[in-house]
Amino acid sequence: MTATQDRPAAEIGKDRRRKEDQRLITGRTRWTDNITLPGMLHLAMVRSPFAHATITSVDTEAAKAAKNVVAVLSGKDFGEELGVCINAWPITPDQKTPSHSPMPADRVAFAGEIVAVVVARSAAAARDAAELVDVEYDELPAVIGIKKALQDEVLAHPDLGTNKSALWVFDSQEAGTGGEVEAAIEEARNGGIVIEREYRQQRLIPAFMEPRSVVVDPTGEQLTMWSATQIPHILRFALAATTGVPESKIRVIAPDVGGGFGGKLQATPEEWVAWAVARRLMKPVKYTETRSESLMAAHHGRDQVQTLTLAADKDGKVTALKVHLDADLGAYVAIVGGGVPVLGAFMFNAIYKFPAYRFECQTVLTNTTFTDAYRGAGRPEATYAIERLMDELAAEVGVDPLEIRERNWITHEEFPFTTVAGLEYDTGNYEAATAKAKASFGYDELRAEQKERRDRGDRVQLGIGVSTFTEMCGLAPSRVLGSLDYGAGGWENASVRMTPLGKVEVVTGASAHGQGHETAFSQIVADRLGVPFEDVEVLHGDTQVAPKGLDTYGSRSLVVGGEALVKAVDKVIDKAKVLAAHLLEANADDLDYADGRFTVRGTDQGKAIQELATATFAGHDYPEGMELSLDADATYDPVNFNYPHGTHLCAMEVDTETGAVTMRKYTCCDDIGTIINPLIVAGQVHGGLVQGIAQALWEEAVHDESGTLVSGSFVDYLLPTAADTISFDVVHTDEPSICTTNTLGTKGVGEAGTIASTPAVVNAVVDAVRHLGVSDIQMPCTPERVWRAIHAHDGDAPTPADAMPHFEEGALNQDPTAGGADQ
Amino acid sequence: MTKIELTVDGAAVSDDVEPRMLLVQYLREKLGKTGTVIGCDTSNCGACTVHLDGTSVKSCNVLAVQANGRTVTTIEGLADTAEGELHPVQEAFRECHGLQCGFCTPGMIMQAVDLLGENPHPTEEEVRLGMEGNLCRCTGYHNIVKSVLHAAEQTSTGATA
Repeated sequence: MTATQDRPAAEIGKDRRRKEDQRLITGRTRWTDNITLPGMLHLAMVRSPFAHATITSVDTEAAKAAKNVVAVLSGKDFGEELGVCINAWPITPDQKTPSHSPMPADRVAFAGEIVAVVVARSAAAARDAAELVDVEYDELPAVIGIKKALQDEVLAHPDLGTNKSALWVFDSQEAGTGGEVEAAIEEARNGGIVIEREYRQQRLIPAFMEPRSVVVDPTGEQLTMWSATQIPHILRFALAATTGVPESKIRVIAPDVGGGFGGKLQATPEEWVAWAVARRLMKPVKYTETRSESLMAAHHGRDQVQTLTLAADKDGKVTALKVHLDADLGAYVAIVGGGVPVLGAFMFNAIYKFPAYRFECQTVLTNTTFTDAYRGAGRPEATYAIERLMDELAAEVGVDPLEIRERNWITHEEFPFTTVAGLEYDTGNYEAATAKAKASFGYDELRAEQKERRDRGDRVQLGIGVSTFTEMCGLAPSRVLGSLDYGAGGWENASVRMTPLGKVEVVTGASAHGQGHETAFSQIVADRLGVPFEDVEVLHGDTQVAPKGLDTYGSRSLVVGGEALVKAVDKVIDKAKVLAAHLLEANADDLDYADGRFTVRGTDQGKAIQELATATFAGHDYPEGMELSLDADATYDPVNFNYPHGTHLCAMEVDTETGAVTMRKYTCCDDIGTIINPLIVAGQVHGGLVQGIAQALWEEAVHDESGTLVSGSFVDYLLPTAADTISFDVVHTDEPSICTTNTLGTKGVGEAGTIASTPAVVNAVVDAVRHLGVSDIQMPCTPERVWRAIHAHDGDAPTPADAMPHFEEGALNQDPTAGGADQ
Repeated sequence: MTKIELTVDGAAVSDDVEPRMLLVQYLREKLGKTGTVIGCDTSNCGACTVHLDGTSVKSCNVLAVQANGRTVTTIEGLADTAEGELHPVQEAFRECHGLQCGFCTPGMIMQAVDLLGENPHPTEEEVRLGMEGNLCRCTGYHNIVKSVLHAAEQTSTGATA
């Protein structure tokens, strides 16, 4: 079926060590903050301490007078050239979208918003002088928290008249993909099972390790921006669209970028301010944020309240799912802001055959840091909700959680399968992934141990959590994005250039920041073109080198960018064939291509692709009418999403006296189609798992009632360490279900671990103490919350005054039986 | 301004520095040792870890003036990379895919070298505890731990061979 099957796959599937590593392990790196240019000036931002306030005056005199300060500028010093921060995805035509100035002159809408910028000869001088800028504010009432925002009593942006930004609805009956939800729920209320829950997706911070940094050089004909970004191409587009500089005059470079996880998928105020200052002063400038600034002002993720109704018959066969999300956008609708929860709309039905489905998403504005994509973006939230609900359904029916899933999932014979959300899943095998995960995990043995410890009344109880996830990735078919009113397409571009001495330059529009594209893409090209792995050089992340692209996010680089690469390589081979036929004096139809060489069938005559590249460079002998180049470009627009899936199993131990939780074992069996490099895949899975586990157990961005971020440093925002985590058991199905919508058969893997692991962990914690009357614990499952859940019914719980106020005050009552506070 | 003289990656260097200048700022801004990076402002992340007289320190937590008269080794001086050499710990991180974006990696490697200096045959638990002061957001630590254990194994088999 595919061309790759005709050629030996020497590279694809091999655990190649990464090309990227040599420089990274020796410190030969080009992070944006490492860049120093002659005459470069340094920026420091003056940020609002208030969540909502009118700016009455900005006194810059003292700062301007400070030694080595070059300029101090505030919002009123700029006009339209400052540009605006864009929202690329208005989810409804009537979405309320507050204007988002990079540096507002009149009013701030969250604590951490930029009100002035100091320009100095050194970063230290800039930071010192920033302390001298005297800003007068008139504080306005701030709205913090989703439920308060929905009341519309205090407005995040008074001129909008409401905090409600948009309501996005999908209904299977209206769409013709399923039945009516309310009727099915009513039916279940009489003799069936109805499970109603409210789950909280706490706010998280992407917390990439490299703080964001931007350098702008306005000298030269092209203005150059280096930025620690995931999206150099989108940045160039947005700079041109909003600041009046033609695209042809803008070069954006993402040099070495230290992680992103969605957190660097943004057109940031800091980039726009640096751009404006450099253009004003006509000098190179650099801004690098501190970690505290990063946690406070770089976008946050998640932050939803999920109101869920699951209806089933008495055997646990689901008949309907109704979802209402209230999603906190923060102070502005960021670049993909409102679209992130909507991406979850298609995933709540997950791997299951639900006959009826309704999804509503209400986005709201608050006076907090704006939210946007964080690893998984909408899909982890959806997966958490449904996988928690399926465990609750299993408990209600009284069967094993895997059994309830099996009663509802799509069987492998049923693919391709059109879901109640309207997506066509091409392939999958949930039975195989589950069987393999169970065996590797030792599921039956651990269940036996759980029973034994439960019977014995052990102080430390064992829980087993299940998550059978799927996701849609490979963003995205451009027409689908168009139908959702997204502001761009989802294609990707690649070029393959043959150098005169026979090396291969591969240019991709994807922009890696730790994923290992240079290695994996080299493997793909090496196999397909038949050249040595070492001879392939992958170039990316610079709009002058890779002029077309849509960058890296949404597990798209391999499945969309890799396919563009395949198409470009095939074009090179087609072009080379014409030249080979000419030089070999043979008919093109008599040529075979294998291992980088054209041979004339039935003879020992042949030409290597490298020889043809050299011949093209010389140009001394080529056929009439042939363009004198082997190089080729290709743009690939995916025809469908792809649907990796997997079964994740987690064993947690819970100390019922202290509430402390410890991970005992974690096994995942992911089906991600063809694996290009198993080493890189395992790394993606490990890292994804820990980010998802961290949501379940540790991380939470907390604003106090005045809108101050109280988890504003790594002391307070708990990133897991090596000592908090364990080694994982990562396996794959023996016969993966190959993706049918791309040539290589690949599916995305970058977000899988994060999407799957959160509910597996929480299900395990709840499972450990369910016999003590617990059916839910709010994330993160801190020892205090676990302890409170265990003791909610025995009168042993402490009075609320004993609690850390910012942890419990205003917490949502997710489980009506747990007796938590109401917001 | 205070004059300091020290040895960094084998070279004698001397500068006048502000007393408040951090060692990591000195390394990056004055010496161009940009292999050592800054990941936080609270001494939590360990990305700036270097060796001071052979012991790992977070160089954001040491003043440049405190390094006066002492010897600093950064990721750039760990092995003679110009000659194509790698320290066994660097090699282990590459071999075991112990890095993704690579930002935490210099600090991780410097900490691991120190850890293995003190305890050449650590258990997984000892590695996890010994690396606790260094944050990574990409790898989930799985392969970092594996890298350190691999380096220990390689070094001990190398020593006995």
